[in-house]
Amino acid sequence: MFWRVALSIAIAQLANRQRQTLVSVLGVALGVGFFIATSSIMSGSEKDFTQRLVNNAPHITIKDEFRNPTTQPVFLAYPKGAISLVRTKPREYLRGIKNYGAKVEELSQRSGVIAEAALTGQIIVRYANKDVSASVAGIDPAKEKFLTQVESDMREGSLDRLKTTADGIVIGSGMSQKLGLRMDDLATVIAPSGLVKRMKVVGIFHVGNLLLDEGQVYVLLKNAQVLLDKAFIANQIRIKIPNPDDAETFAAGLEARWGYRAESWQEVNRDILGLFVIRNAITYSIVSAIMVVAAFGIFNIISTVVMEKRRDIAIMMSMGFHAFDIQLIFLIQGVLVGILGMLLGWGIGRGLLEAVSTLKFTVPGMSERQGFVLDWSFRPYAIGGLFALAAAVVAAWYPAHKASEVRPVDIIRGAA
Amino acid sequence: MVVETRGVTRILQEAVPVTLVRDIDLSVRKGEFVSITGPSGSGKSSLLYLLGLLDVPTEGEVMIDGQPTNGLDANALAAIRLRKIGFVFQFHFLLPEFDVLQNIMLPMRRLGTLSESEMRERGMTLLAGLEMADQTTKRPDQLSGGQRQRVAIARALANDPLILLADEPTGNLDSKNSKIVRDIFARLVSEQGRTVIAVTHETDFAAATQRNVHLVDGRIVKDERRS
Ligand SMILES: Nc1ncnc2c1ncn2[C@@H]1O[C@H](COP(=O)(O)OP(=O)(O)O)[C@@H](O)[C@H]1O
Ligand SMILES: [Mg+2]
Repeated sequence: MFWRVALSIAIAQLANRQRQTLVSVLGVALGVGFFIATSSIMSGSEKDFTQRLVNNAPHITIKDEFRNPTTQPVFLAYPKGAISLVRTKPREYLRGIKNYGAKVEELSQRSGVIAEAALTGQIIVRYANKDVSASVAGIDPAKEKFLTQVESDMREGSLDRLKTTADGIVIGSGMSQKLGLRMDDLATVIAPSGLVKRMKVVGIFHVGNLLLDEGQVYVLLKNAQVLLDKAFIANQIRIKIPNPDDAETFAAGLEARWGYRAESWQEVNRDILGLFVIRNAITYSIVSAIMVVAAFGIFNIISTVVMEKRRDIAIMMSMGFHAFDIQLIFLIQGVLVGILGMLLGWGIGRGLLEAVSTLKFTVPGMSERQGFVLDWSFRPYAIGGLFALAAAVVAAWYPAHKASEVRPVDIIRGAA
Repeated sequence: MVVETRGVTRILQEAVPVTLVRDIDLSVRKGEFVSITGPSGSGKSSLLYLLGLLDVPTEGEVMIDGQPTNGLDANALAAIRLRKIGFVFQFHFLLPEFDVLQNIMLPMRRLGTLSESEMRERGMTLLAGLEMADQTTKRPDQLSGGQRQRVAIARALANDPLILLADEPTGNLDSKNSKIVRDIFARLVSEQGRTVIAVTHETDFAAATQRNVHLVDGRIVKDERRS
């Protein structure tokens, strides 16, 4: 096969200019290396963050509200009437999700779906003359385990003990510290209705998020209904589905059916997910810029070789080499630089990742020192390599084409 | 006829058109040893490039081995050069990155009909015939001018061409090496029956050929055979 001849010529010509070859290889390698490092950090943290979003909260939460205010009956009766009603108030309705028991039952029938009725509200937890206001969630411990991370983040006790203890409460590590409230202590819980109840701490969790660790408590659903004075009422149905990516369509289906607002985790975190898109765009722009510089390096060396090898090109053509053979020789040189740069870049990228993985730093809102969560998959290497090869081919194309346009007569006549 | 031209004219379309050669009618039989002579700038090289299909005529026709070449594209012309034509120039034009044997094998590799060992063997035979068998692994820059020119001749013979075209092949050599190269061409004709057309300005060289074509101002003014 002829490409082997082209390859051997290409290699021989590059080997004769080792320093310049090395410089352009390094240019590509740095581009690939930095791409791998940044891309792995970016996608690692994105995955980690999404994972947390998905795990820390239900995939879908049905709330006892409606997306749009109810339409006034008069507009329903005369949709095209020339009437304007001002200062109307939507009809008051009893808060809570109607028939939540039946709905939870129905959802739970579907395979892989976990649904839980919950009642949330605000309370004050008092202990040793100190007050902390908190969000309370009345839940079902058997199901909450699967919906959020709380159970796996328990430091002491467990959600299950809510069931075995009369008037039990699960609090976060932050609240425990603030109030000096420890396991089995009796806290005073004050509801907005004025109701006061003494509850026993049966579990302390630590999820690493200050807001939750200081301000979230869990009780049994029926206890919440008593505390908040909402007997037989639930204001949320919390749902986990088999594939979190389906949450949006799943939620839309439920909302269309029951009317209640159903929020998917994507909807709740739309702004953050949007930020990821922007972040990725920035990463790719920077890497593209590095690659453009690397491509100029390749363009430079191939152009120089072509200029210097005009006599060799002319003699090969006079021997009977086709124009494309000549183009191939220089394209191969570009690709060789690309491949060498890619391989070296993989090494550099891997080294950078090893170094980055040892870093630790403090993040506001997180109680522990954090490290980068890295994407160790082959993906960044593959994409970086593709970038490098594409840049190499594009950069070598023009000088290689110029080489194929050399007219042997011009060169040979000039040399004679 | 191995090479035949009919009314070949080559005009460069510059601001002031330059006529390189005009109305060339030339037929060369197999086994002929032809010298092309003429004053400097008379169009000798231009004619040789046309005969070797490196350049195409503005008018007229060049036929190689009976095959008309008008209208063939660059790749088709290259294919004919690869199989049927070998060039030797005043400068050796060897690829500096490759050793002697690799340089000679290059046209064979492009043709791709021989195996690696066959190519090697043929290269060695060609070099041995030119008394260069002991130089196969040397690089061009380790050779003398005469040796390089012999390697260039071996390379021109690599694919066993019908026609060997040489443009002042001894122009750069001292008299001793000139004689060696001249004798090689003579032997290629007498012993192997090859067709050689050589541009030269050396009377010794021209005298060694059987036929002399003399150019003045791009026209053939004399075409004589000697017995
Ligand atoms: N590219 C060119 N532009 C202008 N004139 C040229 C060009 N190439 C060749 N010539 C002219 O054409 C004539 C023939 O050139 P050439 O065939 O090289 O002559 P020779 O080999 O006999 O010395 C010369 O006068 C030369 O100056
Ligand atoms: Mg000349």
